[in-house]
Amino acid sequence: MIRVVIPAHLQTLAQASREVQLDVAGAPSLRSVLDALEVSYPVLRGTIRDHVTHRRRPFVRFFACERDLSHEAPDAPLPDAVANGAEPLLIVGAMAGG
Amino acid sequence: MSGVRVLVGTRKGAFVLTSDGKRREWAIDGPHFAGWEIYHVKGSPADPNRLYASQSNGWFGQQIQRSDDGGKTWAPVGNQFVYDGVPGTHQWYDGTPHPWEFARVWHLEPSLTDPDIVYAGVEDAALFRSADGGGTWHELAGLRGHGSGPAWQPGAGGMCLHTILLDPSDPKRIFVAISAAGAFRTDDAGATWRPINAGLISPQLPDPHAEVGHCVHRIAMHPSRPSVLFMQKHWDVMRSDDAGDSWHEISGNLPSDFGFPIDVHAHEPETLYVIPIKSDSEHFVPDSKLRVYRSRTGGNEWEPLTSGLPQRDCYVNVLRDAMAVDALDSCGVYFGTTGGQVYASPDAGDSWSPIVRDLPAVLSVEVQTLP
Repeated sequence: MIRVVIPAHLQTLAQASREVQLDVAGAPSLRSVLDALEVSYPVLRGTIRDHVTHRRRPFVRFFACERDLSHEAPDAPLPDAVANGAEPLLIVGAMAGG
Repeated sequence: MSGVRVLVGTRKGAFVLTSDGKRREWAIDGPHFAGWEIYHVKGSPADPNRLYASQSNGWFGQQIQRSDDGGKTWAPVGNQFVYDGVPGTHQWYDGTPHPWEFARVWHLEPSLTDPDIVYAGVEDAALFRSADGGGTWHELAGLRGHGSGPAWQPGAGGMCLHTILLDPSDPKRIFVAISAAGAFRTDDAGATWRPINAGLISPQLPDPHAEVGHCVHRIAMHPSRPSVLFMQKHWDVMRSDDAGDSWHEISGNLPSDFGFPIDVHAHEPETLYVIPIKSDSEHFVPDSKLRVYRSRTGGNEWEPLTSGLPQRDCYVNVLRDAMAVDALDSCGVYFGTTGGQVYASPDAGDSWSPIVRDLPAVLSVEVQTLP
């Protein structure tokens, strides 16, 4: 079970709690976790990454285990602590604007 | 008794303001979508309970929300806006080619007859259409494809398609306006388009009479005379009596002919409303007085409407989509300011009072006349 923390605006949009839990087959990566998140919450398609290119939106970041994973390759394996559910993957809206 | 529902989009959410036909007492509902920019909310003329809202922000992009109960509840529908084919380039601010990139939906225009059909004007400028209540969107690509697209350039607010007028007498005729490309018309339901900017003069352009490149801020029509158009351009208030084939200036005695919104009285096709703004470098009202100007002669002769509006120390702006009229016997006029006030006049502009004073900056105001 993968734990994912989503930002407040997306919690409201998806009518979801702050932390959601996802079943992801195999070794989890950013791509497979986001795929699973969008299957569970289709309204989040286009909010975290582009609909077509799947590039991360500029003001969205991915943190886990006190590391910034935003620039990791989409298929790179996530840290073991995320894979085994000990730590959540944090989807964060950048501090910018007003 | 009949009533009105005023739909307000702001920098930080949407608000629904309702009143009876007297339009003196108001109920304020909101914010809906708190914290998001709501560029536009509009109801279907065919079903007043069907509303569409454009919800966006810089972090998480675009959502389209739909209500089927007059704004009490909402549900997100389709948010995928993909340009048809290879998008190509337009001009960037510095004149270099820049790829077309979707940013947001500025304006939603529901069909006059089918609540499930709705048009979306977007930044970077293009026109999209949905025939399933906003679930899926398809570009009417003939607009960008007619040849002048690579010469279009953004205004200060972005290169947005902000005005969509559906001709009630001809379902195949649509007018749109783009900052800063100009006005365009289709006569074949969006397959092909042509610029309709003859007569516009923009000294900021290398060729002030250019076919495209004009910063049109807003176009309005009266539904009984869809070939008569009124335009607030960046500078100049203009009129066309031939569906945009030619334009002439009607700024007349306005204190400034810069501004954003323009609208037409619901029952008097020659009665117009504009809100002059001091200049393009000072986006606030002239002389620190908030004045709506009304012409009862189709332009050129304008009178200030000031009763109930602040006449000192006022420095607000009124944006292009932030004025509307209702269709009650005594035509109501509404507008919202960047200071968060929404003003209403139940007597065609003779007197005004604020419905609400302290909303976030108002981006759009629409009104529905309810049975």
